[in-house]
Amino acid sequence: MADTSLLQIFERDGITNVEFVESNILDEVCIRRIGDELMSVIERKGCPKIVLNFENVNALSSSALGMLITVNTKIGDKKGKLALASLEGPIRDVFRITKLDKAFSLCDSLADAISTVR
Amino acid sequence: MCSNAKQPSRQQRTILGVRDHFDEVQDAVLELMKSFEYSEHELFSVRVAFEEALANALLHGHQGDETNTIKVSWIVDDMRVEIEVEDQGRGYNPETIPDPTADENLTLPSGRGLAMIRAFMSAVSVNERGNRVRMVHQRRA
Repeated sequence: MADTSLLQIFERDGITNVEFVESNILDEVCIRRIGDELMSVIERKGCPKIVLNFENVNALSSSALGMLITVNTKIGDKKGKLALASLEGPIRDVFRITKLDKAFSLCDSLADAISTVR
Repeated sequence: MCSNAKQPSRQQRTILGVRDHFDEVQDAVLELMKSFEYSEHELFSVRVAFEEALANALLHGHQGDETNTIKVSWIVDDMRVEIEVEDQGRGYNPETIPDPTADENLTLPSGRGLAMIRAFMSAVSVNERGNRVRMVHQRRA
């Protein structure tokens, strides 16, 4: 279990597309592992262009938001770009309520997100 | 006179700070909400707030010590959901937490738990000691 990736990662045209395996990103251990995996991806890239696809995500905690902020900062440090895709309904509400819609590039579709980071 | 109306009663559990126990109490509340036909959006709101309260108890009340017990109680009826989460910590003053939605705090990686509880629930209160949160969701029309 500990070795199972919590992310599905696809590389295409210099853009890293990341999908979440877990639909509920709530558990502290899972969040830490997801953060570690994302940091590992960022470390390997000179100028990371990353899309996080939330299509499969049903719930998100404040700890997960904190992890995403750390990831966003790291990508910014490397002059890269991050976009969050397929944010709908209550998941988008989480970003709106916390005003993190001002800190992240939120996109309705995967295509929009890819265009944003290209 | 007989009545088929569901009579709610307060449920109480004492749990450890572990995922399985968090899931157990959350599932119990959500199943009750489903039996009263709350909407998916309301289920989401209560789930998020409940998770934040439990995470606060574990991470801040107990400094991550999963062996410390957390008291959880709830009552669900067709008009409201009321949940209380109490840890064994020294408590905190919610007024001292910086506003996580202020521009200067947007990049802070923590401090959003209580704000999310307040946003997703109809009413939230913290006891004087600061180790018990009571949150209420009123059914949306």
